[in-house]
Amino acid sequence: MSISVRISKGKNISIQGSAQNILKDASSDLYSLNPIDFNLLIPKLCVRVGDKVLAGEPLFFDKENDSIKYCSPVSGLVKEIVRGAKRKILRVVVKADKKNKYKKFNVSNYQKRNVQEIKDLMMNSGLWALIQKRPFSIVAEENDQPKSIFISCFDSSPLAPDYNFILSKERNFFQIGLDIMSMFTTGKLHLNVDGNRDDGDFFKQFSGCQVNKFFGPHPSGNVGVQIHHIDPINKGDVVWVLSPQSIVIIGRFFSKGLYDMSKTIALTGSEVKVRNYYKIIQGLNIGSIVKNNLKKGEKRFISGNVLSGRRIEKDGFIGFFDDQVTVIPEGNYYQLFGWALPGFHKYSFSRLFFSWLNQKKDYALDSNMNGEERAFVVSGQYENLFPMDIYPVHLIKAIMAQDIELMEQLGIYEVDPADFSLCEFACTSKMPVQEIVREGLDLIKKEC
Amino acid sequence: MGFLRKILDNIKPHFTEGKLKKLYPAYDAFETFLFVPNHTSSTSCHIRDAVDLKRTMGTVILALIPCLLFGCYNIGYQHFSQLGGELPSIFSLFTFGLLRVLPIIIVSYVVGLSIEFGFAVSRKHPVNEGYLVTGMLIPLIFPIDCPLWIVAISVAFAVVIGKEVFGGTGMNILNPALLARAFAFFAYPTKLSGDKVWVSSGDKLWSSSEVVDGVTGETVLGKVATLVKDNSPGFETLKLNNQDFPTLMDAFLGFVPGSIGETSVVAILIGAAILLFTGIGSWRIIASGLLGGFVMALIFNLWGANGFMDLNPFYQLCLGGFMFGIVFMATDPVSAAQTNKGKYIYGFLCGFLAIMIRVFNPAYPEGIMLAILFMNVMAPMIDHYVIQGSVKRRLKRLKHEI
Repeated sequence: MSISVRISKGKNISIQGSAQNILKDASSDLYSLNPIDFNLLIPKLCVRVGDKVLAGEPLFFDKENDSIKYCSPVSGLVKEIVRGAKRKILRVVVKADKKNKYKKFNVSNYQKRNVQEIKDLMMNSGLWALIQKRPFSIVAEENDQPKSIFISCFDSSPLAPDYNFILSKERNFFQIGLDIMSMFTTGKLHLNVDGNRDDGDFFKQFSGCQVNKFFGPHPSGNVGVQIHHIDPINKGDVVWVLSPQSIVIIGRFFSKGLYDMSKTIALTGSEVKVRNYYKIIQGLNIGSIVKNNLKKGEKRFISGNVLSGRRIEKDGFIGFFDDQVTVIPEGNYYQLFGWALPGFHKYSFSRLFFSWLNQKKDYALDSNMNGEERAFVVSGQYENLFPMDIYPVHLIKAIMAQDIELMEQLGIYEVDPADFSLCEFACTSKMPVQEIVREGLDLIKKEC
Repeated sequence: MGFLRKILDNIKPHFTEGKLKKLYPAYDAFETFLFVPNHTSSTSCHIRDAVDLKRTMGTVILALIPCLLFGCYNIGYQHFSQLGGELPSIFSLFTFGLLRVLPIIIVSYVVGLSIEFGFAVSRKHPVNEGYLVTGMLIPLIFPIDCPLWIVAISVAFAVVIGKEVFGGTGMNILNPALLARAFAFFAYPTKLSGDKVWVSSGDKLWSSSEVVDGVTGETVLGKVATLVKDNSPGFETLKLNNQDFPTLMDAFLGFVPGSIGETSVVAILIGAAILLFTGIGSWRIIASGLLGGFVMALIFNLWGANGFMDLNPFYQLCLGGFMFGIVFMATDPVSAAQTNKGKYIYGFLCGFLAIMIRVFNPAYPEGIMLAILFMNVMAPMIDHYVIQGSVKRRLKRLKHEI
């Protein structure tokens, strides 16, 4: 059985800088694993600076459950442990060996093992961290009983990588990964594909899963939106979420017994001269791919997409769940009467600027706020960009008021900050919406 | 640009660290008026829509300009047609009106903005752009001969009691501009109703020879109300082509006495087109508001107990401040319903009640003002029930699953 869902609320942003379908290899000296990529994780270090590690050996583990390990993507020397405010660990940097050496895991006869054994293997090897759970968007917990598992096989966010291109050669590993994941749930494994294009075929060839088509603009590719329309989360439910590349990594692990975190990322954004796909190992230092490949001027480097990615430095590291690096102009300039001029070149969802005359153009959008933060004034703006049966503004106000009961009523369990990213983009009052939603989720997780 | 920027950069330290730190919100308001600031996104959405509140409010003011311009012209027109004789040129009529409207606009902005700045400074928050629109709306809904001190007091009341006590723009329950009008209406009934204020009596600024004592010009609604109150027998036979009453076309074009900006439906429709095209005004509220008024007028037509009820629905909608209220007041996003379904209900009831109040209680000919204020109070409740729908669907799903 397959479900087709048409999303009408939402919008695709016209932004310059998508990657062309050319695949290159890339590597760097330094790799990093960032505890801050995992929401609400309290890491406990198990290495010190100067220690030697193999790829697949733990760098830190979860304080709440010490069997969930977070492992080094490469072999080498632990070079640096970077801490932020209150000594919070931001990242553990490993200087990679020339030739990557892997820790061997025994995966023989994995088909015959029981779920607990597979679980232990995944937690020990660091693979467990690839599984995200909803609600809360945190790493799955050991005792979760997911009612279904969702894999969004397309990313509708701006300049997103094309998984059909990335996965075209990974067919076998993908199937093995699906087989492994289907062991964890009594419910269904959902593969959600882009109905707007006609290459659902690639994903149709896999067994043991249900392929659903999603039509419509961003955020139709957001897995939160997909869950809402297919198998919505109620209080107490758990749904697991994985990215297609994570499925491949899991499949590869169970065929080879190696924690091989290779994946393909897209280098995108208007400020990059040559935009390609790169085959990398997770945690790459982006310096190696952006060096000598940038236009002039001040830049913002983002691990992930422009709507919900994390800001990094120009020699920063790509985040654990990100399949994309975006470089856009930094917008720290003043605009004289910027709010009053006709604005032929200003991109807006509204028709308040005369740029509506030219709908087809792509814009080199920068990081300028284009205004200041204000209280909510305009209404109806979020609702047009939020394709769920949820009242986004009221939910956000409930979060601001820290009213947990109201948040539950209004559907906080179904949302992820990224689902609000278009609202944050379009907000007239420039509200930090995703941050607020994250705080709300953290609060609920802490209190319940 | 560089020159202006340099001046601002030079004086900025005085406000960020120096002795004038307390006045920073005021400085910030001026700086951001001149320049969209260089702030860059700090949270995870790295790009932002070009729209901000200044642009939004600026566009609403733009949408009000046709009403203002026509209002100025109409004031001259009403004045000179009362005097009789040949009408001066269009330009003179307009200038005559403009010179009378300007003081009201100035008083509205000066009083309102001073209070806004004062609150911003004392509460250390930025000055919100909301008052830019309110400050323009207030003059447009006041009668031309309203004394300036009444305008000033009404503005102060609306800004302080209507808005600032709740926490400023975005937090208010009632539409501040309508609140100002309602305050003036109830606090100074003798000065603000009857037949003395709607047509400018002229003043010494213009030319002493043209000062007319007791120019009378009731609004159409005022006249009808008097007729209904007196139970005048003539009213039964009231026809729209009666000399005492303007034709439907006059009411539509706006050549009737009334508040400064409310008379011309054409000018209001131009404004509505701007609001709807840019997406600032809610089409749901405007459409359902017009429908609500139309339905109520039709019901009265069927009832037909007096001449007022017999008025053609189109004529009803063109009279008084109905159109202005539905287009510019009911659509105020802060005080209106916020959910899409709620907007239909809210808009419909605004229109429906406006005509009902107008006809049932001729003491309040401006039913639209009371209807919208009443619905402002009810809007959160409408939203509550709409949202409960979503909440119940969620609960039902949960039970279904168990």
